[in-house]
Amino acid sequence: MSVLVVVEHDRGAMADASLESFAFARSIADQLGEHVEALLIGAAAADLAGVCAAHGATACHLVPAADDYGPELYGAVVSAAAGQLSPSGIVACGTDRGNEVLAHAAAELGMPFVANCLEVKTADEWEMTRVQWGGSLNEEARLASLMPIVSVAPHAVEADEVSPGATATVSELSVEVPESASRSVIQDRVVLSEGLSLATAPIVIGGGRGVGSSEGFDVLEALAAKLGGVVGCSRAVTNNGWRPHSDQVGQTGTRIAPQLYIACGISGAIQHWVGAKAAKKILAINTDPAANMVVKADYAVIGDLFEVLPAIDQS
Amino acid sequence: MRVLVCVKRVPAPGAKINITDDGQAVDATNLGHTMSPHEECALELAVQLVEAHGGESHVLTLGVAEADEQCRWAASIGITKATLVDVGTMGWDPQRTATALIEAIRSIEEADGTFDVIIFGNESADTGGFQVGIRTARVLDRPMVNAIKGVSISEDGTVLEAQREIDSGMEVYHLPLPCAIGVKEGITWPRYPTMRGRLASKKLAVDVTGSEAAPGGQTMVRLNRPEEQVSETIILGEGAAAAPAVVELLKELGLWS
Repeated sequence: MSVLVVVEHDRGAMADASLESFAFARSIADQLGEHVEALLIGAAAADLAGVCAAHGATACHLVPAADDYGPELYGAVVSAAAGQLSPSGIVACGTDRGNEVLAHAAAELGMPFVANCLEVKTADEWEMTRVQWGGSLNEEARLASLMPIVSVAPHAVEADEVSPGATATVSELSVEVPESASRSVIQDRVVLSEGLSLATAPIVIGGGRGVGSSEGFDVLEALAAKLGGVVGCSRAVTNNGWRPHSDQVGQTGTRIAPQLYIACGISGAIQHWVGAKAAKKILAINTDPAANMVVKADYAVIGDLFEVLPAIDQS
Repeated sequence: MRVLVCVKRVPAPGAKINITDDGQAVDATNLGHTMSPHEECALELAVQLVEAHGGESHVLTLGVAEADEQCRWAASIGITKATLVDVGTMGWDPQRTATALIEAIRSIEEADGTFDVIIFGNESADTGGFQVGIRTARVLDRPMVNAIKGVSISEDGTVLEAQREIDSGMEVYHLPLPCAIGVKEGITWPRYPTMRGRLASKKLAVDVTGSEAAPGGQTMVRLNRPEEQVSETIILGEGAAAAPAVVELLKELGLWS
């Protein structure tokens, strides 16, 4: 028996979050005295066996017959593979794709699925801690299932290359999926930016209501360009139409985890905080020393962002 | 075009979310109620689709009798029909909720016809189970993609083109109608209710039903507040004079070149 990780990748490029799901799966497999195995969907994923092995997988199961991602297709493959492999549990990362694939698979299998877990304790019934309210609250839950299906909340565990250089056996798995599962496969991609994104930038400079206007973001943009970072914003900013929603950091926007988050003129409402708290370090720049963001930050500068940011830029 | 939107009533917390003494729910004393921003956008999208293509919009919710308020909010921005599955609690697990929604949708469709598009929020604001919409769509045999931030209908009216935001841009999906989508905030911006809308919402006839769906396998034991990251904030200085200290910090973190 083993714990099966559903590997998330885009045309053969593995998602960073998927590495976290290996660490999480190992924490479960260790309790059960079992191995971790990987499910690779699509021929392009064959090259990922080495990475899977380095992160603790002892075997990889490859389902080549999926040219591109589709939630129903992947869900059908996972449920069919689960039927053949009978794993003790199935794990993926709690991303858009990971949660959606496991939900489709669980629905197909008629089994429960618990999204965004922080910790699992195995017993007759698995007990888990999972996030609610976008990370503002934790829920202790119990799961009655013959084949527990869980996703791990992004940034809940750290990826860990436990066996550098290790190899895993790769075996092809032949599964039958209904033709209708292909109706929601990706048909096209529109590339809007090749560079850094909120989710991957080492520095994010966020602006809130205190920036005051769309033009006010010029000073944030200037510093971001100098430091090699990207600009994000709070919900108040997108609601005011100063920035597009794709720049929004928070529960209903992007969750960031940069080396440094510089939060400028942001009060730190809970909606924003849960999307920013995974940053390694947070520097708040705010005129109000009592602002939630300042109190929760690692570092703070008390002052007007329109004085502070240009001064840093010119240093 | 017939469009259904599924929404969930949730408390509207302020800066801090408090838990009841028994750990079973968010303490909603003195709190108003709302729905997820994703779902507010879903309602707006439904109204826009009907404005553009004709037809009828319908809102469906499951929970307590007070969720009538969310049905009327939907009506105030232009949704014309409403169904409330009153199960006397907001605490149903995802499988049970999906089963009840499927029953309700089948019953509405039997009377009024198939929904061309069923719209869910990407995830609920509170429990964040990321699955009720998908479970519902799958049993109803509708193609379903979550995390959608852009939508258009093909000229011949047979395909919904859905866009999902990714790091580098957008993924595009072509879903044959009838279909289902889970949408994210930002797909559109919800309008404010007009006076006419508010009047219409008062007259809305909310169809109230129940459900005997059986519980699923996930049970909540209790809620906890995560341990606060206690950090003694280091004040680097005030105003422009703090710039050298910020640069030092950037150098220390290896982020200054």
